[in-house]
Amino acid sequence: MLKVLKPGLYLTVQDLGRFGHRYVGVPIAGAMDVESVKKGNLLLENDENDAVLEITMTGPTLQFDTDTYISLSGAHIVATLNNEPIDNYSVIKIGKGDILSYGRLEKGFRGYLAIKGGFQSKKVLGSRSQFYPVTKSARLKDGDEIPYNKTENYKPKISEVKIEEHFEEKTLKVYKGPEFSLLSDGQLTEIFAKTYTVSKENNRMAYQLSELIAGHSHSMLTSGTLPGTIQLTPAGRMIILMKDGQTTGGYPRILQLSEESISVLAQKKYGDELKFKLV
Amino acid sequence: MKSYPISIKPFGERAVLVEWPDKVSESILADILDFMDAFKELEIPGWEMSVAYNSLTMVYNQDHIDFEETKNMILECQEKQAKSKMERVQHLWTLPVCYDLEFGMDIEEVSNTLDISVEELIKQHTSHQYVVYGIGFLPGFMYLGGLPPTLEIPRRSEPRLKVQKGSVGLASKQTGIYPQDSPGGWNIIGNCPVDLFDPSKENEPCFVKVGDKIQFESISKAEYELHKIEGEVGIYEPEKVVLNA
Repeated sequence: MLKVLKPGLYLTVQDLGRFGHRYVGVPIAGAMDVESVKKGNLLLENDENDAVLEITMTGPTLQFDTDTYISLSGAHIVATLNNEPIDNYSVIKIGKGDILSYGRLEKGFRGYLAIKGGFQSKKVLGSRSQFYPVTKSARLKDGDEIPYNKTENYKPKISEVKIEEHFEEKTLKVYKGPEFSLLSDGQLTEIFAKTYTVSKENNRMAYQLSELIAGHSHSMLTSGTLPGTIQLTPAGRMIILMKDGQTTGGYPRILQLSEESISVLAQKKYGDELKFKLV
Repeated sequence: MKSYPISIKPFGERAVLVEWPDKVSESILADILDFMDAFKELEIPGWEMSVAYNSLTMVYNQDHIDFEETKNMILECQEKQAKSKMERVQHLWTLPVCYDLEFGMDIEEVSNTLDISVEELIKQHTSHQYVVYGIGFLPGFMYLGGLPPTLEIPRRSEPRLKVQKGSVGLASKQTGIYPQDSPGGWNIIGNCPVDLFDPSKENEPCFVKVGDKIQFESISKAEYELHKIEGEVGIYEPEKVVLNA
């Protein structure tokens, strides 16, 4: 078991998501920055869908109760194992009683802790991703224990890797959304010429942008939405749905992020700047 | 039956949006459901679909898709659908609602605004069959159509931060049930004790299907408590009849 001594800001178990239940309104959930999770799992020769912990900004303090191997990926958050500094993207041997704790956030917003064989919390509707009320709780709290399998004498093929990261990337690649044609020339110019900033309203469900563009009075029938869908409210607010985002919505879907750009956005926090580029 | 014209739009790297004529209509919904049945018959793995009123969102979770290829596949499927219409079992569900003031905190205000008595409001709300045009927004949230115009009332000007699970609300042309605690701006007139979403039921987390119908039944507080307990111990079975036998 991995015991949560302190959860930090927002700590969850995530795999790549809960697929096949969109028809009853269940969001995909899953890791926000899929790219970083895949890298962390790859290093441990895990399946890319093996469950990891998603750490948001302020890291947790965690204690292991049996031998295993871990890797850290995603945001750069200063981390220590029994008070000794450890690096992202290296395979780290863990012994019974070891304590992993996190400090200052240096780059990005969401970090990942992968473990050999993946975390073994209960699957609900085919996935371990925490999403309330599909799972009993929305996130991990003090004292929670997450099961994992013991691994001794693992010889990693690659023990450390230099990884190209996307934390400095400001440009989000977007496709035309289903209601793209509703945008006026003025709105189009605003969207693609200006720089935007992430507002305080940003979480696993959606990222709102601080700057408004010209509004609209178009009303439409509720229709499907996806992670990465950019909705435009009548007041001119752009809302980018993320992994826990609702499966349907009634605002025009003006743009759709590329899958890669969803991972880029997942590493942005309040005040970070963004630009859009149509592909 | 002849199919409606459809339009197929790209929706990012992994999805397409298929749209039927821009109307809320039972025959359009039936056409969408026929299309879905025909598509499922093709047994192409990896696709998931969700309906909302006049549209179908088709998502391929595995990988990027080629739009032209997908479009052709959909058009072929529509041709096939026209040839082989399948029987579909649909149900009318009777869902109990307690309209007591304890749950229906806005019912008096709604009755004043609509200028009908609370009794008349309950009578009208329970005397119609509502079509399920989609399930989305929250797990198990049904988009219901067919509200009588006399019950149309705008959303509350300020949404509540927390609307209790089971709350039955009215908002413009819609009525519906909040399947979980949620922020919300609908006018709350009662509460339904039935769980609309049960994640422990792997094969059928939501017993209602798009295309089914819902009718509400007014119950007392005592009956409400009873159904609630029955639900908790897993012996509550909502009343249903087959619609299109």
